[in-house]
Amino acid sequence: MIEARALTKHYGSITAVEDLSFTVQPGQVLGFLGPNGAGKSTTMKMLTGFLTPTSGTALINGIDVVDDSVSARKLIGYLPEGAPSYGEMTVLQFLNFVARARLIEESSLAASVNTVIQKLNLSEVVHQPVETLSKGFKRRVGLAQAIVHDPQILILDEPTDGLDPNQKREVRHLIKDMAKDKIIIISTHILEEVEALCNRIMIIAHGRLLADDTPHGLIARSRYNNTVSLVVEAAEKVASVLSELPQVSRAELDDGELTLFPAGSEGLFEAVTAAINENQWQVSALRLEAGRLDEVFHSITRREASA
Amino acid sequence: MKSMINVMRRELAGYFATPVAYVFLIIFLVMTGIFTFYLGNFYERGFADLDPFFRFHPWLYLFLVPAISMRLWAEERRSGTIELLFTLPLTTVQAVLGKFFAAWIFIGMALVLTAPMWVTVNYLGGPDNGVIVAAYLGSWLMAGGFLAIGSCMSALTRNQVVAFILSVVVCFLFLLSGLPMVMNLFNSWAPQIMLDGIASLSFLKHFADISKGVIDLRDLIYFALVTGFWLFANVLILDMKKAD
Repeated sequence: MIEARALTKHYGSITAVEDLSFTVQPGQVLGFLGPNGAGKSTTMKMLTGFLTPTSGTALINGIDVVDDSVSARKLIGYLPEGAPSYGEMTVLQFLNFVARARLIEESSLAASVNTVIQKLNLSEVVHQPVETLSKGFKRRVGLAQAIVHDPQILILDEPTDGLDPNQKREVRHLIKDMAKDKIIIISTHILEEVEALCNRIMIIAHGRLLADDTPHGLIARSRYNNTVSLVVEAAEKVASVLSELPQVSRAELDDGELTLFPAGSEGLFEAVTAAINENQWQVSALRLEAGRLDEVFHSITRREASA
Repeated sequence: MKSMINVMRRELAGYFATPVAYVFLIIFLVMTGIFTFYLGNFYERGFADLDPFFRFHPWLYLFLVPAISMRLWAEERRSGTIELLFTLPLTTVQAVLGKFFAAWIFIGMALVLTAPMWVTVNYLGGPDNGVIVAAYLGSWLMAGGFLAIGSCMSALTRNQVVAFILSVVVCFLFLLSGLPMVMNLFNSWAPQIMLDGIASLSFLKHFADISKGVIDLRDLIYFALVTGFWLFANVLILDMKKAD
């Protein structure tokens, strides 16, 4: 379990993280979401013992990261932002170094390193210096070093940054596979990523926690939650007809797409389909929206900025 | 201990994975040769000893040791690996000592490779080999002092050139502090005890003592203290500012 208690970090007069408290339980994949410079990385650096908080602390399975940093670090696997590694070492040398630093016994060292090499498909490059590898491979080497000691807690700072779409998919699969009994925290500013990976999202901006919810819960905050969108011929005429329906509070037409906002909690979709059948409109697309995370993210972080 | 050795092994392997090790070794050997035979008049003196060889070591180290030490921490900062290193379960002391010993052992290797000089002087005459062993030891201890300064300076910056220049300047002050040109600045006004203090800081004086073959405990303690002091400062600097 991770328990952050009023974590605060100042750099001179700049406040990077302000009074951040939260707990994370095993099985949770927590996504830190926020604009660049929001304090996501700083928070991770404090959790992993790299930065000492200006005030507050965090407990990793009950061990204080400020008082007993080295013991706390043993429990964590960490991928720093940009996946730094010693470029002149080969992949194998590098992973062996990290495995030894992680205090893995010499007798099981080769097995542990081999396991992560298999897991991340690094076999073809094990004898190449890390600096000669492509970005995708470098990131995988960074992930491999983070999980070589099979940590219970995994903290990944922008694990898919700079990867191509296929590589992103691979990395997400890998994280999902590991998620069952671990605590995983990832930071990202890619919205689809948190939707695909996380079962909990914390939105952070200017070092403060603005929202802490499931992806579902956040999406439900969207003003598009339970709206019906359709693409139809003669949309303006259709809009005026549909907005007369009791289930519709308002109709918006944007770029050929008509969006209908619900008046009550139920029956909008059914009412709209019935009206379409009745009037024989030529509809080329019709869907019930759950909501739009980007819009929620925008409104939450904007509200903060203007406040 | 295990963690320190792991860091040391990684660092040492790093020297040989890049041209750094080979360039350094070759230049060190060529330079010691030039100094010994041309400036030191090794043959013309007609003495069977290695004094012309050891006499120039402080001046060689002044530039070559910072060239080794400049990357120790500056490179970790520049490449971001410092974040990787200090989120592994090891202490700052273990990391600092691991890196220091790697560099010190490497300079030890360079010294061992000058053994043909020793063989030569034994072939040409009958030198006092005890003195030569003491001088080797003194030279290596002095290199440790230079290294500790360089390692500390390297922790201050992410720029290797800045680290190099700072190291050379600080090492230069430690070298010069016993020389007349520096002492003359203080002679006219400083009390004797301060003059002695400044003079006793000099690498040159302590190295000269050891290389005469007299291994005095005070000289050993001096080098241990200087090295320890700068490594301690190194740990403090890293603990205070890891991130930037």
